[in-house]
Amino acid sequence: MKRILIFAEQKNGTIHRVTYELIGKSLELLQSSQGEIDVVLLGDKNICTDELQQHQIDNIYHIEGDCFDKPDELLYKENIVSLINEISPEIFLIGATTFGRSLAPRIAAALNAGLTADCTELKLDDDGELIQIRPAFSDNILAHIKTTTSPKMATIRYKEFEASKIVPGHKAKIIKLKPYKDNNTLVDILREIEAREFDISEAQVVVSAGKGFKSKEDLGMIYELAELLGGEVGASRAIVDDGYIDKTHQIGYSGNRVKAKLYIACGISGAPQHLAGMSESDIIIAINSDASAPIFNVADYGIVGNIYEVVTLLIKKIKNA
Amino acid sequence: MNIVVLIKQVPDMEKVRFDSEKGIVDRASAGVEINPFDLNALEAAVSVAEANNGTVTAITMGPPRGKESLKEAVARGANSGILLSDKCFGGADTKATALTLAAAIKKIGNVDIIFAGEKTVDGDTGQVGAEVAEFLNIAHIYYVDEIVEVTDTYIKVVSDILEGRYEKKGQFPILATVTKDLNVPRIPQLKDKIRARKEIFPVWGIEELSEFISPEDVGIKGSPTKVKKIEVPKSSVRIGKKERENIDAFLDEIVEKLKSIKVLEA
Repeated sequence: MKRILIFAEQKNGTIHRVTYELIGKSLELLQSSQGEIDVVLLGDKNICTDELQQHQIDNIYHIEGDCFDKPDELLYKENIVSLINEISPEIFLIGATTFGRSLAPRIAAALNAGLTADCTELKLDDDGELIQIRPAFSDNILAHIKTTTSPKMATIRYKEFEASKIVPGHKAKIIKLKPYKDNNTLVDILREIEAREFDISEAQVVVSAGKGFKSKEDLGMIYELAELLGGEVGASRAIVDDGYIDKTHQIGYSGNRVKAKLYIACGISGAPQHLAGMSESDIIIAINSDASAPIFNVADYGIVGNIYEVVTLLIKKIKNA
Repeated sequence: MNIVVLIKQVPDMEKVRFDSEKGIVDRASAGVEINPFDLNALEAAVSVAEANNGTVTAITMGPPRGKESLKEAVARGANSGILLSDKCFGGADTKATALTLAAAIKKIGNVDIIFAGEKTVDGDTGQVGAEVAEFLNIAHIYYVDEIVEVTDTYIKVVSDILEGRYEKKGQFPILATVTKDLNVPRIPQLKDKIRARKEIFPVWGIEELSEFISPEDVGIKGSPTKVKKIEVPKSSVRIGKKERENIDAFLDEIVEKLKSIKVLEA
């Protein structure tokens, strides 16, 4: 029987949505083999687990303590390693969030286990062994990886898998645990300076601007178009580096990845680094004066023309629509 | 203050070619360079050293041509460099790499801060830093985008993590990975490049590290993750429509499409 353990990341008591995607994928993996799905949650004793309990999981190990309110990798590591040594899961999955990517290697090294980063697919082979599939070389290749140590550990990219659904009437068992360790003398987390409230990766509609715009002021029409479409403004790295807009808007490999319903790229040539962040959007419209720009290779609708004229005309047509 | 910076030589991602038929990365198709994220780590190391009377040792693991990256690191302000190179280091995954780097850091001894980039553009895992820290039994702080204060015993930084920015104070020794937002790497001057050209770098193999690591722990032998297959996905090409003449009518078509997908009200 396979036992899959999933890390439930939480901030201020809210469980990160990637957790439900990991549950969804785990259920799929266990379709053809017997197994159990457990979740480990670290946080204040008052965290509401009602929703989590209704997902099709077996046990929730809740390690209780307000010491887990802050992103303290050492403390999380000590506690999760202790739990893993007790319950010996065969597979341990962690969302590839910033915190997950910082925590997972710490745990893997402590367990002397292999770890596969940022997977976009998981499968079981004919022998029931886990195959982890992940992009590398800035998303240019996909590597299929098997791990020889136990537990098989992987961080999983957010928004790759379908989230699990609530099963009315299902109630996972909660196992409350005291922290195995509750203080960290090496790193003192003094305060949260600012919370990142704006997250473009969630946007359904993104209107992005690139080097085709000659000044920061010229982006006015992009903001207007985004607002008319109920979307957010994105940007290529070039104009972020030039200070037109701050980096929370940057789309690309080293920025944010979006999977929007609609993505409009205005004056963006489409360097691989940008395409890695947006090419999975449902509908892509590209406007660029250079007919050979690579952005047109991923576009459903390509308009070769002056961005200032085309965007102005598009705004006018939308207003009249 | 003793500072170590971990750097990796990577293919130039703008030029490297991928063969989707054979499923291989043609590393020979591109030159090599220091992983761009590591330049920010190097800049952090050098500027902290300058302000605190410290020294910077750059470490890289890889084939002999890694020396070129160490020369560049010296041109950019590092005081010295060490190349970890041995046939048996080849094929290392993040765990084996981290164990090897940790062994070298133990051999150097008395290190206060270790800087590394947040990830590499080829392996792209971002795992090695935290694994090195765990193997050294020291703390780590990831995604540092601001250095607030450095004293003789601790460093205070801002870590961009968990959907927020957290001020963290880490006691030495500590490992920190940095983001591109931390600084702008300096451009080496010609005189620095000339000076760096003459630099000689020690090469440490398994024998030099034998006090801290065994041959079973390094390279492909010490790597629990095994790559079974490489796929090079054909670059996603969409068969879209491209229009340069009748833009007006084309935009009408687009507006209709926006209505049909309910981005606009019909």
